[in-house]
Amino acid sequence: MSDIASRVKAIIVDKLGVDETEVTNEASFTNDLGADSLDTVELIMEFEKEFNIAIPDDQAENIGTVGDAIAYIEKNAK
Amino acid sequence: MELKRVVVTGLGAITPLGNTIDTFWDNLVKGVSGAAPITRFDATHFKTKFACEVKDYNPADYFDRKEVRKMDLFAQYAMVAAEQAVRDAGIDPQTIDQDMAGVIWGAGIGGIITFLDETRSFVKNNEVPRFNPFFIPKMISDIAAGHISMKYGLRGPNYGTVSACASASHAIASAFDLIRLGKANIFITGGSEAAINEAGVGGFNAMQAISTRNDDPATASRPFDKDRDGFVMGEGAGALVLEEYEHAVKRGATIYCEMVGAGMTADAYHLTAPHPDGLGAQKVMENALKDGNLKPEDVDYINVHGTSTPLGDIAEPLAIQKVFGDHAYKLNISSTKSMTGHLLGAAGAVEAIASILALKNSIVPPTINLFEVDPQIDAKLNLTPNKAQERNIKVAMSNTFGFGGHNACVVFKALN
Repeated sequence: MSDIASRVKAIIVDKLGVDETEVTNEASFTNDLGADSLDTVELIMEFEKEFNIAIPDDQAENIGTVGDAIAYIEKNAK
Repeated sequence: MELKRVVVTGLGAITPLGNTIDTFWDNLVKGVSGAAPITRFDATHFKTKFACEVKDYNPADYFDRKEVRKMDLFAQYAMVAAEQAVRDAGIDPQTIDQDMAGVIWGAGIGGIITFLDETRSFVKNNEVPRFNPFFIPKMISDIAAGHISMKYGLRGPNYGTVSACASASHAIASAFDLIRLGKANIFITGGSEAAINEAGVGGFNAMQAISTRNDDPATASRPFDKDRDGFVMGEGAGALVLEEYEHAVKRGATIYCEMVGAGMTADAYHLTAPHPDGLGAQKVMENALKDGNLKPEDVDYINVHGTSTPLGDIAEPLAIQKVFGDHAYKLNISSTKSMTGHLLGAAGAVEAIASILALKNSIVPPTINLFEVDPQIDAKLNLTPNKAQERNIKVAMSNTFGFGGHNACVVFKALN
């Protein structure tokens, strides 16, 4: 697992209070990991802070799964 | 229309004297002070360096990590007390009519810890607006009522009451009225507060409202004593299950007592000072007695507001004497704030519980730290000084008065 992937997963485990094994690349924040809309906003903010990036709202809307987040950050992190 | 009868069927509390009803009551009867140096933040530079904090509280004992992040401490306390009360009442939420069960919850301030944390983070990050999405739903004072309803699926009337230190009494009074009117069968009601942080202590210090007896915290809350110098901040929650009488009987509930009256008035006088003649306090007790169809002579015990402030502790006994006349000398009067500190928006709930348990156990908890009664107070009043007194209680009332001039009084009576 890449460094980015493990950091993303650690944030998700912490914020959503889920087990590490549930946080697969395919897992959807809302459908599989029990996040509501506010949880999702908070996750995006945590990713921004951790990786020192800004994720515009229209991009954030497309980040629905763990894999989506990792891919976006790998592409955009400085 | 005939009003329905209302009874108390469940109690719960998390307080500076204990995190269950039993420990709270034991310490109340023993006359234990809940005051100690502040542990929540570094109070070195504050005029007041002590408070009545809830002790040995670990959120992980009650909530999973995800839940905790979404709840300010005042809402956590609310959930802890509500859970105790629901269990005590023996209610299985699945077996009651959830559309006829509601929550009315008082909090005088709400999520001031969350507010300060978020404001700090805003300033620290060069005022770039990156507020946490849970900032508002953690902070707003109605949210405790929302959390409780969601946990138990209670879809009846649901809201928060805000009247500073009378908040919980207004919640209880409102729940009582709605049951009497047939709008619900059951309420979880009460109040919670968690304001022992820099903003809370600093704010009350600025008003010169709280004691600065830093060299002896345990005797700082001394209602009616001539050397009192302000209240001591407390925190925690009290929860009551109020239930329509027939509903409680039908499900075989254990009934503590009946709730028979409530009064609500305003001083319409000053932001923070009580009316010097105790006018609002007098009227609120008169209203509550009338509401309960009681004569002054029926009352045995008054759990007073008695915060240990210079003005308030003079006005309230005056009001009691106006309402009760000579019977005032036969009353037991006590301020349990001498032990718990002032739980602000939770005070009315915790003190209603103290009144109910006094009635149930035939014991009046004391006013501790009463070394020398203020000469401005009639020495013939029985302020239940320093030691609990045994007394068969038929009727107990609890007064609360809030900044803003809000007064509320609730009355409980032994079940016939």
